[in-house]
Amino acid sequence: MTDQAVEHEVGRSRLRKEDARLITGQTNWTDNIQVAGLLHLAILRSPMAHARITRIDVSPALERPGVVAAFSGADLAEGLGSLPCAWPVTEDIVLPDHPPVAVDEVRYAGDPVAVVVARDRYAAADALEAIEVDYDPLPPVLDLEAALAEGAPLVHADKGTNRCYTWPLATGGSFESVRQRAEVTVKRRYHQQRLIPNAMEPRAVVVTPLAASGEYTVYSATQIPHILRIMLAVVTGIPEQKLRVVAPDVGGGFGSKLQVYGEEALALAVARKLGRPVKWTESRSEGYLATHHGRGMIQDIEVAATREGKLLGLKVDLLADMGAYLMLVTPGIPLLGAFMYPAIYKMDAYEFNCTGVFTTRTPTDAYRGAGRPEATFAIERIMDELAAELGLDPVEVRRRNWIRHEEFPYTSIAGLTYDSGNYEAATEKALALFGYDDLRAEQRERTERGAPVRLGIGVSTYTEMCGLAPSRVLRDLRYAAGGWEAASIRMLPTGKVEVVTGTSPHGQGHETCWSQIAADVLGVPFDDVEVLHGDTQAAPQGMDTYGSRSLSVGGEAVHRAATKVVEKARKVAAHLLEASEQDLEFTNGVFSVKGSPEAHKSIQEIAFEAFTSHDLPDGVEPSINAETLVDPENFSYPHGTHLCAVEVDTETGRTRIRSYVCVDDVGRVVNPMIVEGQVHGGIAQGIAQALYEEAVYDAEGNLVSGTMADYLVPSAADLPDFVTGRTETPAASNSMGVKGVGEAGTIASTPAVVNAVVDALRPLGVHDVRMPCTPERVWRAVKEASA
Amino acid sequence: MIPPAFEYARPTSVDEAVSVLADAGEEAKVLAGGQSLLPLLRLRLAFPELVVDVGRIPELRGVREDGDTLVIGALTTHHDVIRDPLVRRHAGLLAEATATVADPAVRHRGTLGGSLAHADPAGDLPAVVLALDGEMVVAGPSGRRTVPARDFFVDYLQSALAPDELLVEVRVPKTDGWSYHYEKFHRVAQAWAIVGVAALVRRDDGRIAEARIGLTNMGSTPLRATAAEEALAGADGLDAVARACEAAAEGTRPSQDLSASPEYREHLARVLTRRAVLTAGGMG
Repeated sequence: MTDQAVEHEVGRSRLRKEDARLITGQTNWTDNIQVAGLLHLAILRSPMAHARITRIDVSPALERPGVVAAFSGADLAEGLGSLPCAWPVTEDIVLPDHPPVAVDEVRYAGDPVAVVVARDRYAAADALEAIEVDYDPLPPVLDLEAALAEGAPLVHADKGTNRCYTWPLATGGSFESVRQRAEVTVKRRYHQQRLIPNAMEPRAVVVTPLAASGEYTVYSATQIPHILRIMLAVVTGIPEQKLRVVAPDVGGGFGSKLQVYGEEALALAVARKLGRPVKWTESRSEGYLATHHGRGMIQDIEVAATREGKLLGLKVDLLADMGAYLMLVTPGIPLLGAFMYPAIYKMDAYEFNCTGVFTTRTPTDAYRGAGRPEATFAIERIMDELAAELGLDPVEVRRRNWIRHEEFPYTSIAGLTYDSGNYEAATEKALALFGYDDLRAEQRERTERGAPVRLGIGVSTYTEMCGLAPSRVLRDLRYAAGGWEAASIRMLPTGKVEVVTGTSPHGQGHETCWSQIAADVLGVPFDDVEVLHGDTQAAPQGMDTYGSRSLSVGGEAVHRAATKVVEKARKVAAHLLEASEQDLEFTNGVFSVKGSPEAHKSIQEIAFEAFTSHDLPDGVEPSINAETLVDPENFSYPHGTHLCAVEVDTETGRTRIRSYVCVDDVGRVVNPMIVEGQVHGGIAQGIAQALYEEAVYDAEGNLVSGTMADYLVPSAADLPDFVTGRTETPAASNSMGVKGVGEAGTIASTPAVVNAVVDALRPLGVHDVRMPCTPERVWRAVKEASA
Repeated sequence: MIPPAFEYARPTSVDEAVSVLADAGEEAKVLAGGQSLLPLLRLRLAFPELVVDVGRIPELRGVREDGDTLVIGALTTHHDVIRDPLVRRHAGLLAEATATVADPAVRHRGTLGGSLAHADPAGDLPAVVLALDGEMVVAGPSGRRTVPARDFFVDYLQSALAPDELLVEVRVPKTDGWSYHYEKFHRVAQAWAIVGVAALVRRDDGRIAEARIGLTNMGSTPLRATAAEEALAGADGLDAVARACEAAAEGTRPSQDLSASPEYREHLARVLTRRAVLTAGGMG
C-alpha cells in the first residue's frame, strides 16, 4: 500500500481535482461546444411588461442574410407544451399555461415572442430587428397588495385572480391566545427585494439531433440534467429514452439553473423541426430579464413575549411575488421558509400564512437559500427589535430562547425534528473570535461623543433545513418528485475506481469530495478515483444538485455504495485467502486474515480477480461493483452564529463592514477548504442582498437595473476579510454525520449585516433600513429620525 | 451581447486617422482602449458604420514635458498614467484619481484620451482635467487646435470634437506647489462615482490661498465648484473650510439614477468637497 492511502482522506483540505481545467478554461463549457452545421438561436423578447400581441410577422427576418428559419409562438405551439411546475403547493393553486414563446399575450418584459435561427450568432441577433410585432398595451401588475384588491388588473385574465395560492400552517396553541397573555409584542414589516442570480457562466444550451433514430442530445448549463430530461420529454413529447441530457462543466447556478427553461425546450423543438443542431447562449443582460429571479416578498412578522424576553408565539404573513408564471418550483420556495421562521427558538404557538401573487415581472424561483434566507432574515431582525424593546443585549435574548444542546433531538414548533446542534458552543466561540465586549465598549464610546461614524454590531444565530429531502415529506408538501440520490461504484480491472453520482456539481467540488469519501472507504489512493456525473447516459439515475443536498444525500450514497463494494470484495477475499469472512480484517484497502497478516489481498487485486472471474466462489457474480439509492431519513440542520461589525458614516450614509466573524456547525467536514470556500461565497452573497443588490422596476414594469452597471454585484474589493470558525456536532441522520454548507453563509449573513447597520443607528432613533441598505437610504433614515 | 456589424479601419498615423474620419463623416466612432465604446456596441446603444481603431498609432502614447506643462498622449493607458514618474511629480492629482478608475483590467486597456473624449460626466478624469485647467490638443483636416477643458465638455457624452477630429494630446500645467486629493464616492469598486471631488489646494502661510474644485457626476458635464473655490480663498481652519464648502453644489444640476437622487448628490458634493479640501490641505 502507498502511504497516500493510509492517511484518512475525509477531513483533509485536498486541492480540488477539477480546478485545473475549470480555472484555465480548458473545459467543455456548453457555449464552447462546436458541431458541424450548428445553427444559432436568437430570441425576440417583449419590450413591455404586459400587452396583447395583435399582430406578429416573422417573415421579414427570413430575408436577412444567414437566416435559416424564424418562428412565432403560434408556429411553435404544436409539439411544445406548457413549461412545467413541479410543485403545486395547494389543491386549488392557480396554474396558468406557460408557453415557451408567448402566443397572444406577453406578461413580463423579456417574455419571448419569436425565435430566429441563423448560421451564426451575429446574423441571428441582427435579424431579430426585422421581426414585426404590434402590441396592445395592458396595465402592468407590480404591487403585491394592489394585485390582490378587488378589480385589480389581472396577469392571467382567464384565471380571474392574481392570487396563486394561500398556504396556511398553524402549530402549537393559538397565536391569538398567547398574544393576549403576552407582556410584549413586536410587529414589523420587512421587504425582501428581488434579486437577480449572477452565475459566472450564463445559461447556454446545445441540441444535437440524430434524425434517423429520433434521438436527441441536449447539452445545457443546468444544475438538473436528470430532472430536465424527464421534463423535456413531457414538454416536447419526445420519448424519455430518446433524450440524453448532458450538463458539461457548469459555471455556477445558485438555484438559477435549477430550472426547466423555455429556451431549453425551444432549442430542442427547433432542432427537431429543422433536423439540425442548434445553440442558444444568453447574454448577461438577456439573462437579467429571462433567468428566474429570487426573493421578492413582503413579510409581516409579529412576536409575542414575556418581559424577560421569553418568546411565546410567532405569526408570519407573507406575500410572495411569483412573477408572471409558475416555473419549476416557484410556489414552493416560500414554503421552504415556512418551517424556518421559528429558527432555533422555543415557543408555544406559531402561525404562518403565505399568499403567492402573480405580477407582470420575470418569474421567481430558487435562489441560494430559497425561502430560508428570507425566513432567517425576518426572525433574526425581529429578535433584535425585541431585544431593543426590552433593553436587552441581542445575544442574551437569543440565549433565553434557543434550544439547549442537551435538548436534542428537538421537535421544533413548526414540526421539524432537529437531530443535533450546539448553539451555545458556536455562539461562545464566535463571540470570542469577534471580541464582542471590546466592540460594544467602542460602540458606547462613539455614541457618547456623538461621533459621525458610528459602530454597529449585528448578530444572527441561524439554523436551516437542507439536504433535500425525505421523499415522504416532499409528498406531504405536494412536491411532484422524491428526494433520493443515487451512486454507483465500478472497480475497474486495473484497480482504479469510477464513482458515478446522480448529483450534478456546478462548482461545488464533488469530484474531489466524492473521491475522498470513496478513497477512505475502499482504502485506495485519492488519485485512483474518478467521479462521473452530469450525463444521463453515464449517470442514468439522479436527482441533481440544489438545496445543500449533495453531500448529505449524494455523498452518503457514495459512502454506502463503497461500503457495499467492500462487503462484496470480502466474499471474494475470503475465498482466495481460504478463510472465513469473519476472520478477515479490512484495513487501508487490504484484507488480511486475523492472526496471520502475511495472508492478504488488496481490494484492487480483488477487482482484477473479479474481472477475470477465474477463481470466484460459487454463486458470486463476476463483479464487486455496487450501487445505492439513498432516501434521507431527515433534513440536515447546519447552524451557527454570525457576527458583523459595521462602521456607518452618518454624514454620507456609507456602510463599511469592519469585521465579520462566523462559526458554522456543518457537522463532520469532508474537505475543510471547500467548506471555507462555500462559507466565503455564501457570506458575500448575503452581504450583497443586505447592502448592494436589487432588481428595480419602473412604474411600467420595465427592469431598470438591467445590466451589471446598474445591478451592483460586490467584488472582493468591496468585502472584508472573513474570520471563519467551526464547531462540529455530527448530524445524527446520516452515517457520515455530515450536513449541508452551500447555503448557510447566505442564510446567516444578510440579517447579521442589516442588524449591524440598524444597531449603529438605533441611538439616533432609526429602527429599520430597507434592503439594500444603500448610502442614500441610510442617509435618509438618519435625516428622518433626527427631523 | 452581440454588437451590430460595422466596418473597421486601423490607421497607423494621426494624419491617416484624420483622413479616414473625414471620409466617414458622421458615421464613424474612434476606438481607443474600448472600455466605453465596446459596451455601447454590445448593448446596441451605438451603431457606427465604421470603427476607427487608433490603438496602433505610437505617436499618441507617452508623457513628456514642455516647459511648465505636462503633455500626455491621448492613448496613454490609465495604468501607464498612474506609474509615470512625470505625472506623479507634476500632476499628482491625475495619478491619484486615475488609480480609482474601475478595476485593473479596465486600467490596463482604458486610455486618458478615450475617457475624456467619451465626455461622461460620471467618469473620474474629466473633472480632474477640468480642475487642473488642462487643455486638449485636437487634430483635424485643417491642422491642430487647442481646446481648454472648460470648453471641451459640451454636454452629456458630448465633447467639442468634430466628427472628423481626433484628440491627440492632453496638456496640463504642472501643479508642483499644489496639494491635492480626489475623493470618490461609489457603491462598489468597479462602479462609477455617485459623486467625485477633485481638489487642488495651494496654501500660503497656513491659509488656503487658492483652491480648484472639479466635480464628477454633478451635471451633464464635469463642473467646477466655482462658488466654493471663491469662498475657500483665505480660509484658515476647519470651520472656515466647512463653511466655504457649503457652496459646493451651487450651480450644479445632478441627475437622478438608481444610486442617488439629485438632493442626495448635492449633499454629498458639500460633504465630499469639505473632505477633499481638508485632506488635500493636510487639515483633515
